Amino acid sequence: MNGLNMKFGWRDNFMDGLRPLHELENFSEINGLRAEIDAQDLKHKELNDLLFHLVKKGAREINIKNVFGQRYIGSRIFLPDAQDKVKIDVYNFPGNDLGVFLGGHYINVHGNAQDGVGNTMDNGQIVVHGRAGDVVAMSMRGGKVFIRDNVGYRTAIHMKEYKDKVPVLVIGGTAQDFFGEYMAGGKVILLGLNLKEDEYHKANYIGTGMHGGVIYLRGNVEEHQLGKEVGVRQLDDSDWEVVTKYVQEYCGHFDASEQEILAGKFQKLLPVSSRPYGNIYAY
Amino acid sequence: MLVQKHYQNDRIIPEKDIDNCGLFGVMDTSGRRFGGEMAVNAIKNMKVRGNGLGGGFAIYGLYPEYKDYYALHIMYQDKNMSAKRKTEEILTENFYVVYDEEIPTDPSVNVFSPPLVWRYFVKPQKNSEEANMADDEYVVSKVMHMNTDVDDVYVFSSGKNMGVFKGVGFPEEIADYFMLEKLYEGYIWTVHSRFPTNTPGWWGGAHPFSMLDWTVVHNGEISSYGTNRRFLELHDFYCTLHTDTEVMAYAVDLLMRRQGLPIEVVSKIFAPPMWNAIERMNKEEKELYTTLRMVYAPLLMNGPFTVVIAHHNEMIGITDRIRLRPITAGAKGNLVFLSSEEMAIRRVCPDLELTWTPAGGEPVVARLNTQDHLKSLNKSI
Repeated sequence: MNGLNMKFGWRDNFMDGLRPLHELENFSEINGLRAEIDAQDLKHKELNDLLFHLVKKGAREINIKNVFGQRYIGSRIFLPDAQDKVKIDVYNFPGNDLGVFLGGHYINVHGNAQDGVGNTMDNGQIVVHGRAGDVVAMSMRGGKVFIRDNVGYRTAIHMKEYKDKVPVLVIGGTAQDFFGEYMAGGKVILLGLNLKEDEYHKANYIGTGMHGGVIYLRGNVEEHQLGKEVGVRQLDDSDWEVVTKYVQEYCGHFDASEQEILAGKFQKLLPVSSRPYGNIYAY
Repeated sequence: MLVQKHYQNDRIIPEKDIDNCGLFGVMDTSGRRFGGEMAVNAIKNMKVRGNGLGGGFAIYGLYPEYKDYYALHIMYQDKNMSAKRKTEEILTENFYVVYDEEIPTDPSVNVFSPPLVWRYFVKPQKNSEEANMADDEYVVSKVMHMNTDVDDVYVFSSGKNMGVFKGVGFPEEIADYFMLEKLYEGYIWTVHSRFPTNTPGWWGGAHPFSMLDWTVVHNGEISSYGTNRRFLELHDFYCTLHTDTEVMAYAVDLLMRRQGLPIEVVSKIFAPPMWNAIERMNKEEKELYTTLRMVYAPLLMNGPFTVVIAHHNEMIGITDRIRLRPITAGAKGNLVFLSSEEMAIRRVCPDLELTWTPAGGEPVVARLNTQDHLKSLNKSI
């Protein structure tokens, strides 16, 4: 079969026809710490090349205009000094894997995001003024992600934590199925602000295979919506501290009322076992 | 721009790239015909979802001047002229051919090894035994006959007032090759860019797949292909195109055209609810879904998929029941969009009014002169 594919001309869809930096520079303007990119016709790699190039030239606040589905925005920006941060504003519509492997920088999205926001993100913050697609915060290992509206399938799948590196995900709307699937760590807060009072969250199989971390869920879920591996608990004082802190931050990013949100009904979802499939696969 | 590198060792060929196909569909529910600009630009915006090994378009409302005739698009592999003679014998024996021509192409567009592509506008010419056969059935049986019994011949489009254009290349190259933007208008455009993973990239294997006026474009992998194919063979559909999506096209034809089931039911056959969800339904629904799962078990489409199905008056988007492939719907006025990526819609329609993402297995149905596509809103995010 591959012989045929070779014969018919397999081509590299990502790397074909990339332009060098000196050509890409025409799509940007830099003025001291500030810079602007017009991403209209830039390919994924071209945009990220240019972004890192501007950072190396000293830009720390970068606006990217006319983004239409370019992927991986913000990956690969490595600065030797961990305190040295870049602030990126994306107008309007970033593509998949926004902020993948993000190393401590800030990304603000003025519009919706697609699949894979904060994929394997290491540190920093992503704020999406809109909704996001599937697998938000997949394998995320640090930093914070705030999504104003809904998220799609498999949010926070395999999110993890280690010692003081605890990722946080706050979602203003509701989620679709497999929310928190195989979650291994981190804190996830699902607010359900756009649901009516008697409406249930849309997600089924919440926390299936979950074996670490915690989900704070505001609003209603039926028991069958929860995966077999999660238990429901009441919030204690330390939980409320966490929830209050991040709800405050959420309200700081978006237009929402802290009192109203905190007055809602919260439940805490925890894994009942740290090795849910131990008896299946281990001998 | 073919790959220059020749691999010494089969094992290092990038055999299974982890990527997916891209699909896009746009319909004007008022029936207004429009050009291919939106479809081409949207799929161009998702270029990395394909790899130049397949691209194709289905256009509805394409041949208004021949709308009462079946429009057969036929490709002759390797420009095999004896296959063409043989096919034309079959055609003149079984049909009245009112007009035929080579589908115009732009020779300055560099596509790899294009076949000869011809179109015929035909009406059935039945013999006495076949007199009672419905026209559609008759055409299906003759198309199947040509596809299976004549070498190097593939009838890749056989509906009325619609047509499929497809081949090997990026979709925008296929559009340029067939000059779609210059020559044609339609009220539904669906388009596909292909990333063939398990099957060869060849002209017949590009999407859309069609039977009569039904077309399917597909992103994903149907792992139940064997079961589905055997079931379809019981109903005289034979798979000849070496790729999984074909079963979807025939299954749609069987269920929707022959058996007359509405898409709302068909979607629950392809992507049925889990048994434990059926357990929680009321008595009536439980009976319906149990029956569907029992009767049509061999047509359950397993594995990840998103498809856009179209025929006259309808464009439908649906994913597998646990949504292992993405889909986003959008709307602005009478325009309804379905796409693998939301941003492709936004690229071609910056002032979009609505976007939504249905749950797995829930169809988005855009129907002519209705607002039916909005029905899926309340089950979406």
